[in-house]
Amino acid sequence: MKVSVVKNILEANDRIAQQNRALFDEKGLIVMNLMSSPGAGKTTLLEKTIDALKDELRIGVIEGDIQSSQDAERIANKGIPVVQINTGGACHLDGNMIRDTFDEFDFDALDLLVVENVGNLVCPAEFKVGEDFKAMILSVTEGDDKPSKYPLMFHESKVLLINKIDLLPYIDCSVEKIKEEALKINPHMTIFEISCKTGEGLEDWFKWLKRTVEEKKASRADNA
Amino acid sequence: MHEMSIAQSLLEIIRDEMKKHDAKVLRSVRLHIGKLTAIVPESLSFCFEIMTTGTDLEGAKLIMEIIPLVGHCEACHREFEIQDYAFTCPHCGSPDIKTISGEDLSIVEMEVE
Repeated sequence: MKVSVVKNILEANDRIAQQNRALFDEKGLIVMNLMSSPGAGKTTLLEKTIDALKDELRIGVIEGDIQSSQDAERIANKGIPVVQINTGGACHLDGNMIRDTFDEFDFDALDLLVVENVGNLVCPAEFKVGEDFKAMILSVTEGDDKPSKYPLMFHESKVLLINKIDLLPYIDCSVEKIKEEALKINPHMTIFEISCKTGEGLEDWFKWLKRTVEEKKASRADNA
Repeated sequence: MHEMSIAQSLLEIIRDEMKKHDAKVLRSVRLHIGKLTAIVPESLSFCFEIMTTGTDLEGAKLIMEIIPLVGHCEACHREFEIQDYAFTCPHCGSPDIKTISGEDLSIVEMEVE
């Protein structure tokens, strides 16, 4: 007997992500899902972002790693609420893991929740966690062929931060090629060229993030 | 390697559907894998096999069809296959493309007894 089914296989996760999102909306909280390959600079970017914006935005962080709490400790040193998720092998965070952290936060006391996903350019793009938008980092040492090799993540991300541009004189990587390929896959993408080491380009990113959070909060208040 | 999580979700749906239809044997499952999804069919097939071996679902065939990426241009209203992940209209150059197919990962049919 043939049975017609037609169901999205990720439906269970999508449903939980939607419920998470509904709660975030209710609390007026903006959620950014931050993704990149391992070592591209997610935690360092977060540290810099927290330093720059912590007086203007109330930020909380969920740290996703397969193992260890080193990243959460780095964020906790900044004096902001942080919860570490250890996936114990899983290569991405999902809606359920995010939901499990809810008791640890006071969402009424936050404007922006950053979900730092597990370092991986493939899997995290496939699983929604309830975010308002996805952001990704590509460091120049990874090479300028990455957008065409990992199109889904570039397609899904609202913003791309090209990091470690201070290393460009020492490597063969064309930022122009990264931008061209990324914009081909996602013509609406906002791109920043930054160095978390020297601070170059970071000011524009801080402004963009602050403005994005404020705009989203304002449009949400209008719709409420 | 998120194919394991996906195989797990897939098996949950399969078991639900089998219960609904009071089916005892699973012969095959047909999936549609959108070209934009980051799924490696061989990995998914491998995970599915591992997870069904030694269970009542052992031996079930996983049939996977890759669904091309198709876009609709919001400016000139033409439909086209998105080649090479270029999300720009090949006719008028507009970046306002709505993806019609090729993004989803779905189960479409099961053969059961």
